[in-house]
Amino acid sequence: MGVIIAKSVNEACAVLAENPATTVLAGGTDLMVQANRGAHSLESVLDLSRIPELKNWSLEGSEMVLGAGISYTDLADPQIAALVPALTQAARTVGSPQIRNAGTLGGNLATASPAGDTIPVLVAMDAVLQLKSSTENREIAITEFITGVKTNALKPGEIIQSIKMPVFQGPQEFLKVGTRNAMVISVVSLALVTDFLGRKLRVGVGSVSPVPFRATAAEEFIAQEFDWETNSALSEKVINKFSELVADSTKPIDDHRGTADYRKHAVGVLAKRALERVCAGEKS
Amino acid sequence: MTSEIYTLTVNGNDHHVIDGHPSESLLWVLRERLELSGSKNACEEGECGSCTVLLDGEIVCSCLVLAASAVGREITTIEGLGSGKEISDVQKAFVEAGAVQCGFCTPGLLVTIDQLLNTNPDPDELVVREAISGNLCRCTGYGRILEAVRIASNNRIAQNEEEKSK
Repeated sequence: MGVIIAKSVNEACAVLAENPATTVLAGGTDLMVQANRGAHSLESVLDLSRIPELKNWSLEGSEMVLGAGISYTDLADPQIAALVPALTQAARTVGSPQIRNAGTLGGNLATASPAGDTIPVLVAMDAVLQLKSSTENREIAITEFITGVKTNALKPGEIIQSIKMPVFQGPQEFLKVGTRNAMVISVVSLALVTDFLGRKLRVGVGSVSPVPFRATAAEEFIAQEFDWETNSALSEKVINKFSELVADSTKPIDDHRGTADYRKHAVGVLAKRALERVCAGEKS
Repeated sequence: MTSEIYTLTVNGNDHHVIDGHPSESLLWVLRERLELSGSKNACEEGECGSCTVLLDGEIVCSCLVLAASAVGREITTIEGLGSGKEISDVQKAFVEAGAVQCGFCTPGLLVTIDQLLNTNPDPDELVVREAISGNLCRCTGYGRILEAVRIASNNRIAQNEEEKSK
């Protein structure tokens, strides 16, 4: 079989329909690590990296649709950054310039690592994945798409075509803890997306559970306390309570990157910092 | 397009890869099949940047590129910098600044820095530090590498001004 370089989504789906066992390659930044270790022998590969339609993005009303083949570098586009700033922030923390040029949004989702940097942001925004096979188009919420540690809901023959999300009005923050700035797999991460129209603060957390989720108890609490008229600074008591509720919602584990206790502590610190930053008059 | 025999365009020349296995990385094919051993192999997981090459003008880790998927793309390796026997301006700046110690990270850094200066001839230090954040150097502490970038950048700016005034 070898390597097939698809030129269109339809061609890619046709190839997969014929041979569902084909390995799908996007940016290669996860798959090739496995291949180089001999952990994944690539007998037949479908390369999605040269499908122009997967690199497109659009804004329709207040809904944004990003092609799955958009790279982390592409997410730094000032137009995208203005609409979904936390996603651009998250993309900028991925790996190095080399990795950001290769790795894609769709790849980050398909790999479904708890440490995937774009995932907390997409979860906070209730992103929906648009999947496609030769016979079906379907949509699935990101929290249903990621089914466990590095497992996803893709059916044989399906690829991720695009990711759609509402564009919210209000400031956003993405924060990540790691051992240095570059080439860091997150120990914990957090996205805070304010929604002034819906009067909600949306919180997505990363690296603290097998499947991503929103910290809803913290969201409900802060929606009541947040000053939706002036967006002014909050009291320390409110900020601390929010931080505590976010930390309490997580179920982290001990691993080689950090202990569960440290993760719980650090995610609380990130929650506090992010909340301070989205309030007016507070500078980091 | 399948990959039993495929052709890679490296530094402007077509190279036929015969009997390649679909799992092979571009780095492996460059070094072991095409005898272009300038790109170095250290981590094989995209961490160190010593295998950095340009793929259609963008820096990538060649260890994370599936070789047979690079068909039809323009690949530039360290061997493609400079002209013939003359080393490039960035290479000269590395020599001048003493930015090479063991030398293992150097080819990757040169490709990264050459590309940086092609797109931004006058980067400030923060930009340079971010640009080379994917290229690990365990010897120099980066001081002399940053100095080399400054020298190469100044030389390019001076040369551009000279050409303008002609």
